[in-house]
Amino acid sequence: MKRIANTIRDIKEYPSALIGLSIIMILIAVSIFAVIYMPYHRAIALWKGADNIWMDNPRNASPAWVNLLPGINIPETIVVDSAGQPGIKTITPIAAETKTVDFRLGFDYTYGEFPKEINIFFTAQYEEIPPHLDLIWHTPDGRSISLDSQTPKHSSTYRVSQSSRLQRRTGGLTPHIGLLAKPGSKPEVPLQGKYELEIQGLTFEEAADFEVKLVVYGHVHGLAGTDHLRRDLLVALLWGTPIALAFSLVAAVGTTIFGLIFAAIGVWYGGWLDGLVQRLTELTMILPALPIYIMVGLFVSRSIWVILLTVILLSLFSGSKIYRAMFLQIKEAHYIEAARAYGAGDFRIILRYLIPRIIPTLIPGFVTAIPIFVFLEASLALLGVGDPVLPTWGKVLSEAQANGALHMGHYYWVLQPAVLLLITGLAFAAFGFALDRIFNPRLRGL
Amino acid sequence: MAAELPSGPKIPQRPAAKRENPALDNLLRFGKYFITRVISLSITLVIAVYLTVLVANMGGAVDQIREGQIRERIGLMALADPEIMRMPVEDRRAMEEELVRLEMSRYGLDRPFIVRSFGYLTRAMTLNLGRAEYLTSDSGSNQVKLIILERLPTTLLLMMSSFLLIFFISLYFALYLSRHYGSFMDRAVIALAPVSSGPAWFYGIFLIMFFAAVIGIMPFGGMVKAPPPTQWFRYALSVLHHMTLPVIAVFCSSLFIAVYSRRTFFLIYSTEDYVEMAKAKGLSPRAIERRYILRPTLPPIITQFALALIGQWQGAYILETVFNWPGLGLVMLEAINMYDTPVIVANSVIFGYLLAFTVFILDIIYAIIDPRVKVGSEEGRL
Repeated sequence: MKRIANTIRDIKEYPSALIGLSIIMILIAVSIFAVIYMPYHRAIALWKGADNIWMDNPRNASPAWVNLLPGINIPETIVVDSAGQPGIKTITPIAAETKTVDFRLGFDYTYGEFPKEINIFFTAQYEEIPPHLDLIWHTPDGRSISLDSQTPKHSSTYRVSQSSRLQRRTGGLTPHIGLLAKPGSKPEVPLQGKYELEIQGLTFEEAADFEVKLVVYGHVHGLAGTDHLRRDLLVALLWGTPIALAFSLVAAVGTTIFGLIFAAIGVWYGGWLDGLVQRLTELTMILPALPIYIMVGLFVSRSIWVILLTVILLSLFSGSKIYRAMFLQIKEAHYIEAARAYGAGDFRIILRYLIPRIIPTLIPGFVTAIPIFVFLEASLALLGVGDPVLPTWGKVLSEAQANGALHMGHYYWVLQPAVLLLITGLAFAAFGFALDRIFNPRLRGL
Repeated sequence: MAAELPSGPKIPQRPAAKRENPALDNLLRFGKYFITRVISLSITLVIAVYLTVLVANMGGAVDQIREGQIRERIGLMALADPEIMRMPVEDRRAMEEELVRLEMSRYGLDRPFIVRSFGYLTRAMTLNLGRAEYLTSDSGSNQVKLIILERLPTTLLLMMSSFLLIFFISLYFALYLSRHYGSFMDRAVIALAPVSSGPAWFYGIFLIMFFAAVIGIMPFGGMVKAPPPTQWFRYALSVLHHMTLPVIAVFCSSLFIAVYSRRTFFLIYSTEDYVEMAKAKGLSPRAIERRYILRPTLPPIITQFALALIGQWQGAYILETVFNWPGLGLVMLEAINMYDTPVIVANSVIFGYLLAFTVFILDIIYAIIDPRVKVGSEEGRL
């Protein structure tokens, strides 16, 4: 107990250790938050992106906080949904089965840039005859542009930006630019003010009805932006934290403990057993570990936990060389002799006297080893053998690389996971280095 | 530097009264050490490759390669034989199947895996893994061996230049810092040491973003600009230009930690009594550094460097994919994306070879600089 108190007192003297430790604490807190706020299955379902859950998000949007920077006013996404909002929809019956259903979806456009895309989503209820709709776009300066007529299925999307008929009508401009451009401006600038999408619908059945949702996609979204599949990167950045911590901690513990035990057994028994452990350590050194992880990932299972098991199996003997030298010294210590004298068995000596003696010198190395495994997960993801379902930092990074994020200037996509990896790595490394100086008095003051 | 060391200051020999020729004696011991190391490393390598084969065949991958090869050959044979081609389709199929079965049993593919695995081992050791499924070498061949060997020099070029640069720069820099212990530079390096927790490819992404995407003075990746210059001088210059960022990336990930740990070694050893003694004798600081500090610290430094090197080789594969450097790592990525099993297995084997050679060469350097090896002690080994 006193020893722990002493260590804590020592840690306080190293600012780098304090900073490192606080970052580690924050990461742990974020992990707990992530697991509670977004349960595992939900996170995976979100990341898979089934059922078009991300349709209201723009593609490749920067984080929304860039708008807080002075002088920057990047368009945000505008969603006008007729469902749940009164006053947008007016229904007038004109015959027994026929009704007109009119919508006026208005929004204020105040940005100096054009939106990324415009989509209109319809959900219609009918038995046999779908409703018929005419769409009219009203600009703030009083022009009216008629869009394509639609006969929506139960659930359908009108992709305004991809309509080539509309493009001809807006003077050859991409529709989402043409619809918002100030007339006669070259290069085009958006006309600011109140726009309105008018929809004149006709339904042909008693129970028929429909709803409309207009989405004017912006260039920014949420805290972390989105990727090429419109997914909110926050999901992966948030959930990447517990995964990175769990993976690296288990890997570091696994690799350290087995190396330690095997080294202790080798040194204690000596003879052929010692020779065997040493040869196996050499074997571990030249084992092509990374290609083996890749092959396991490709041929056996992509699951991150199978890879974790492989990492531990391959490094069973990895540390033995370093620990051996320490054990050789301790083996001759008097207290070991005393233990033998009172009749302690081999395993009792190894587990109770040999190993605990070197654990303090080991902790720094253990802490500094954690970043290696944090980055290993990212490395494997980058090579395309990352876990297929888990949202991790490495996955985000590898998808960004694969989709040319740097070439296209989507820096946020690369920077966010990279900075998280960097912070995690630095925190553990700084903490480990400080611990090294505390536990190894020879280094103290150096 | 390395060439200087062996001829450097002589470690006091044991009384040479019974020895006729100490130089020859040393040479013999060194020879024995050399041969023991070659044998032991070869055995280790064979076991490592065998394990690789076992892992590769966990999903039946190697079996599929072999069966594919046999089917291809028999298919070609059938095409070339007009007699077979004239047969009805069903008969031809059945005949081909029968031939494949015969060939499989001829090669012993119907025997239990444990027997076959030794056959695979020899094939893997000689990189004789047949033809790639999709990839081809730049010269157009689809021989796995050619694809792999063609990429080896580019990988070696990039990694060896980074390794050597880092080794010597970190050594001199660490000596400098140990002389200026506590200076601003010294403290800066200590503060920067945790930066080395990130692998080279990771810093590579930042470097590409800054120098290639934002500033635009460096290429995004590749080894030489397209089209490649015809003059050898311009070609070399272009390669150098493309190499700069990856080498800096390796520097970011290994230099600070290397300097930090070497400097610590130097500082620990420079407080030894014999160094004080040498100072008292009035030796120049350079001589003290070379004879009394560098000499005893080099063996542990080499060990450390060896372990770092082995870690770096792993990183090299990913560094290449980030920088699009046409080496073994990039071919591995291509093979993974196309699921080209023979190339993946061969690439793993050559990776084992690279690691074994690294350990071997460091062993030799170790033997040259560590006097304990000369006097025949068992401890003098990595």
